[in-house]
Amino acid sequence: MSVYLDHAATTPMFDVAIEAMNASLRKLGNPSSLHTEGRSTRKDVEDAREKLAKAIDCLPSEVIFTGSGTEANNAAIKGLYWHSGKKVVVVSSIEHHAVLDPAHWLVEHEGAELIELPVSSAGVTDLDFLQKLVAERGTEIALISVMHSNNETGVIQPVGEIVKIAGDIPVHCDAVQSFSKVPLSYKALGLFAMTISAHKVGGPLGIGALILRRAVEIPPLLHGGGQERDIRSGTLNAPSIVAFAAAVEAHLYDSKKVAQLRDAFEAGVMKSRPDAVINGRTSPRLPGISNITFPGTQSDSLLLLMDSEKVSCSTGAACTAGVHRPSHVLMAMGLSDVVAQSSLRFSFGSTSTQADVDYTLSVLPRVIERGLAAHAVGRS
Amino acid sequence: MKIIAAMSGGVDSAVAAARAVEAGHEVIGVHLALSSNPQKYRSGARGCCTIEDSHDARRAADVIGIPFYIWDMADEFHEGVVENFMSEYAAGRTPNPCLRCNEKIKFAAVLDRAKAMGFDGVVTGHYARTRETNEGRTLHRAVDPLKDQSYVLAVLNRDQINGAIFPLGDTEKVDIRKEAEARGLAVAQKPDSHDICFVPSGDNAGWLRERLGSEVGPIVDQDGTKIGEHKGAYTYTIGQRKGLGLTVPTADGSPRFVLKIEPVSNTVVVGPREDLAVTLMRGEKPIFCGPEVLAVPTRGFVQVRAHGAALDCTYYMDNGQLVAELNKPLLGLATGQAMVIYEGDRVVGSATICETA
Repeated sequence: MSVYLDHAATTPMFDVAIEAMNASLRKLGNPSSLHTEGRSTRKDVEDAREKLAKAIDCLPSEVIFTGSGTEANNAAIKGLYWHSGKKVVVVSSIEHHAVLDPAHWLVEHEGAELIELPVSSAGVTDLDFLQKLVAERGTEIALISVMHSNNETGVIQPVGEIVKIAGDIPVHCDAVQSFSKVPLSYKALGLFAMTISAHKVGGPLGIGALILRRAVEIPPLLHGGGQERDIRSGTLNAPSIVAFAAAVEAHLYDSKKVAQLRDAFEAGVMKSRPDAVINGRTSPRLPGISNITFPGTQSDSLLLLMDSEKVSCSTGAACTAGVHRPSHVLMAMGLSDVVAQSSLRFSFGSTSTQADVDYTLSVLPRVIERGLAAHAVGRS
Repeated sequence: MKIIAAMSGGVDSAVAAARAVEAGHEVIGVHLALSSNPQKYRSGARGCCTIEDSHDARRAADVIGIPFYIWDMADEFHEGVVENFMSEYAAGRTPNPCLRCNEKIKFAAVLDRAKAMGFDGVVTGHYARTRETNEGRTLHRAVDPLKDQSYVLAVLNRDQINGAIFPLGDTEKVDIRKEAEARGLAVAQKPDSHDICFVPSGDNAGWLRERLGSEVGPIVDQDGTKIGEHKGAYTYTIGQRKGLGLTVPTADGSPRFVLKIEPVSNTVVVGPREDLAVTLMRGEKPIFCGPEVLAVPTRGFVQVRAHGAALDCTYYMDNGQLVAELNKPLLGLATGQAMVIYEGDRVVGSATICETA
């Protein structure tokens, strides 16, 4: 059998989404055209927008479709920075590269000052640090960006409290991992901007959305036809948008079931490898993500061995050349680079089963033994 | 067998991996990342260290239909190969980093890791052959004399040879390219790599000067008379004639050659061509990939450069050192080079030259 435990990377597309996408692919019409075909496609897009807005708890006009979560994050970070006229960008130190890298880009190219919020050893953003920062330099801060939950550990961040501390400072939240998996309301959180992505929730690759407070005009990254509130140009990707909404509406993700599988898996791992450490375990976490350190191993060896046992999981981070790197998330939580490089992420999702858990646990001892041996050789 | 295919992103290792699959092995492709900052090493697409090369290797693995991973060997490579290259030059010797890489990385770090992970061996795109004999597996020259790489593999010991598979040794390079084309591998026409992969410019002397400094020292003749100055003794090689910058001509106008490099006094000694002649070489740290060499003098061949000629010699072991006596003198031989002994096309063993006479 083969077991897919990398749902945090991408999820299997739901049948309803595939069907919706196929139907839309067969339809003719640019949603911006004024004729019959155009209006028909436009209706599909706007139906989808409304469905998504309902799931997000925002206004339909606050949904701006983008080509990916990364694009939405870039548009938010850079757009809010330019919009504010202020110089300080605040992000948590455990953000995804799609937030960290545009923030660093602003430092290098636009004269921004970047402040990274530390996290606790349990992987939670340090609110005291933020409170002090806002009290001292609040008037200089262009934006604060903190993810809703971390993609490597699954640890849920106190976004509601961050928004309260921020006061008038715009807060952006990368909710790509959380959306459709845990209760999440854009409105209730009081966010200024939020990012979501379709392929993490049973939808297709290549479609995301920036949720941006109504009537706020941030400078666009892409200039052109101005299709999405003049904040994002490009012909609307109707088939993907329709499929995105169909996946979210179907909502085939059973949080309780996924959490049970994850817990069963973690219990089995700890029984089999008592020296293993589950990162972020004491914090509120997403149902499906389990990040585990196996002391004395190297995660790239473990991934290869898992893969050859037909279990797909993840090492977290790799550089452009594909070289495994210690995770900046685990290092921000205080792990040394060596320990951070001995961690694997297993992520469960809507299609995961108890059989997946059992099978993975059955191959784990062999994989870890070989991983330990391989690492021991490397150090000798 | 379960084997790791070391894939550089070049045509040879891609075809080697494909042939290993066809031979019925369970093959997993691995690209070795040898620099923590790939752009710092070679930036073209012909070496072994760039991002493009790792993409080429990945693409080849996908076309062949095998899993593919990248192993970070940057620290091992730096410590085992790059630092050794520098320290050898600093000590006035002329090392061959490709041999060192085979000895310390490809058939040590990689093979050891592979074995620990449950694999049986490593397949590479080297041009060499192995044969199963009564005395175990032996290493032989490839059929393509222009591509033969048995010299750079002669540092492997018997265990390493037993864990190595070289599927290309029976084929000419030109046919490997045709085969790659037929297999739909996009690297079929990728240029061969040359030079040293971590010296992107190909300018070894400049690369060494940047790292070891360029302390000015004397160039002297055999009497010790100073006749010029150099910028770092280690950037010279024994037998070098060009680039000495000497303005004092010899009495008879004959050219001068580098005879000796003395790192401690940072001195380069030059002299006439005939004084370069070497008829005996001694090598330390001998490695035998077949039956061990005995003290009894034996006729064979010795090769001292990767694509150098095989020279008639008599070889034997003496005091833990491998000795080769040449029938005809050889001009310009540096310590630090590897001497590889052959019997016919079989590699007998190798050692690092420490003394010449």
